[in-house]
Amino acid sequence: MWRFLGVRSLQAIPVIFVVITVTFFLVRAAPGGPFSNEKAVSPQVQAALEAQYRLDQSMLQQYFSYMADLLRGDLGPSFNFPGRTVNEMIFQGLPITAELGFYALLVALIIGVLAGVIASLKPNTAQDYVPMSLAMVGICMPSFLLGPMLVLIFGIWLDLLPVSGWGAAPGDKVLPSITLGAMYAAYIARLSRSGMLEVMSQDYLRTARAKGLPERVVVIKHALRAGLLPVISYLGPAFAGLLSGSFVVETVFQIPGLGRFYVQAAFNRDYTMILGTTTFLATLIVAFNLLSDFIAAWLNPRLRYQFQKKK
Amino acid sequence: MSQSASDLDQITTAADAMPRGVSLWQDAWVRLRKNKLAMFGLVFLAVMILLCLFAPLLTPYGYEEQNLRLGAIPPSAAHWLGTDTFGRDLLTRILYGGRVSLMVGFIATSVALVVGVTYGAIAGYVGGRVDAMMMRLVDILYALPFMIFIVLLMVVFGRNLLLLFLAIGAVEWLTMARIVRGQVQGIRQQEYVEAAISLGLSPAAIIRKHVIPNVLGPIIVYTTLTIPNVMLLEAFLSFLGLGIQPPMSSWGLLISYGVETMEEYPWLLIFPGISLTLTLFALNFLGDGLRDALDPKASRD
Repeated sequence: MWRFLGVRSLQAIPVIFVVITVTFFLVRAAPGGPFSNEKAVSPQVQAALEAQYRLDQSMLQQYFSYMADLLRGDLGPSFNFPGRTVNEMIFQGLPITAELGFYALLVALIIGVLAGVIASLKPNTAQDYVPMSLAMVGICMPSFLLGPMLVLIFGIWLDLLPVSGWGAAPGDKVLPSITLGAMYAAYIARLSRSGMLEVMSQDYLRTARAKGLPERVVVIKHALRAGLLPVISYLGPAFAGLLSGSFVVETVFQIPGLGRFYVQAAFNRDYTMILGTTTFLATLIVAFNLLSDFIAAWLNPRLRYQFQKKK
Repeated sequence: MSQSASDLDQITTAADAMPRGVSLWQDAWVRLRKNKLAMFGLVFLAVMILLCLFAPLLTPYGYEEQNLRLGAIPPSAAHWLGTDTFGRDLLTRILYGGRVSLMVGFIATSVALVVGVTYGAIAGYVGGRVDAMMMRLVDILYALPFMIFIVLLMVVFGRNLLLLFLAIGAVEWLTMARIVRGQVQGIRQQEYVEAAISLGLSPAAIIRKHVIPNVLGPIIVYTTLTIPNVMLLEAFLSFLGLGIQPPMSSWGLLISYGVETMEEYPWLLIFPGISLTLTLFALNFLGDGLRDALDPKASRD
């Protein structure tokens, strides 16, 4: 078990390293620099700027000094916003994106598990088809379509909820959370349905029923625990996806989170900001995937047993 | 003469009455035909593809044909789905946009298909250390935040269509490679592969003639499920302004225009949105149906 955890953690390091390296050289290979859009500056100013941001050094030198800074946790200054560091900007955007992601995950879990479990209780009836067809809608409707549609219906036509912003007006967090969570709710619904269906035919559930337990107890106490395992192992990738996928929703609803910074940075060729956000998000994604592997291994006695045997 | 002909008839009717061997494909087709949702998907797709293909013959308007005096009007008899702010017929634009969206879907999926199947088949067939290394590479690529990378790629290297295919194809081949590798590993142990090896066939010939035909089922299923993903990705990139560029249009681009003016002209958002969603719907249902038909054992999650 511990060996498994150790190996998985070690595997994560080259992944992050590759991400940083590829991003670094990809960004530098781009035509046009961060200062090429700006108004003509004198050669001295240009040179001073380049020296300040180490652009006068060779590519490899830049790479190594960047990596050295990174090891100390310093992501460098932002090219586009003079006087601000990438660290500052990430920590400004992160809480907002994390909050959005958390609410979206909550929406996804509540709707998804409820729909999936309800559908699995009476497979191949209307009780199954209706929630599952709705889940398919969630999968097929991209967030950049769902978001504006929700805005149109609830914000403009019905005038119930604010159409943009974050924390500025009451209720303005509702639509973004639903928009971001919808697709994941759909996947979770399908995962929990198939997980529950598999568990429902197991012997120990027949035993539970034979003991005379009410169906409610059978489902909630015995079936859910095993039936939701696939959902648990999906949570890590889901949260990672929510974080990195939030930039669509942040753009649609004008939320000043990490995702919007990232898109802005990409369009402005803000080298250090792109690198910083990519590094940060990639690390986060890898970490969450790792975490969900661990939780899945810990929750599943069969898997746990396998690891113990391997030793 | 007539005697022998009727004999022949009798023989053939007898042959018809005998239980004929049913191939995997016929069997799968029968199962697919029973699946109403999958058949709806198939028919819908066929109709949509035909409509987009013959768009120039079907609508009286050109897709860039402006009518500034008309402006944006809601759906009417002359313009079934209304017009946009330049007075361009929305139905025409949706059909032409559908050509691009579907084309991107199919071509980028083909890229993923070729790369993924080749890579997976080699890794699974050769096995051992080569396999371990090849799959470790896939694992690493899997962990990359690709959405972010594609945005980066499109921003950095300009917005051309070829790059779009490559970028999307580059993401989607990974799962294909994993699936094919797993299948090939199983097939590699089969006697007929050993027989082919002892007959002296080259590995390339064995993979081509014996291995790939036997993993065709999962490949077809996964291809059908990849197309909607690819179309979604293209729509998303176009929505951000990084994908298809005007004067060409795609559903993603139409949706992004629709969003800008949705307060005044909601139909400009709703109809392209419905086209995209329904097509993705159809593809997903067809893919699910194919999975149930070709591989009854596979789970339905």
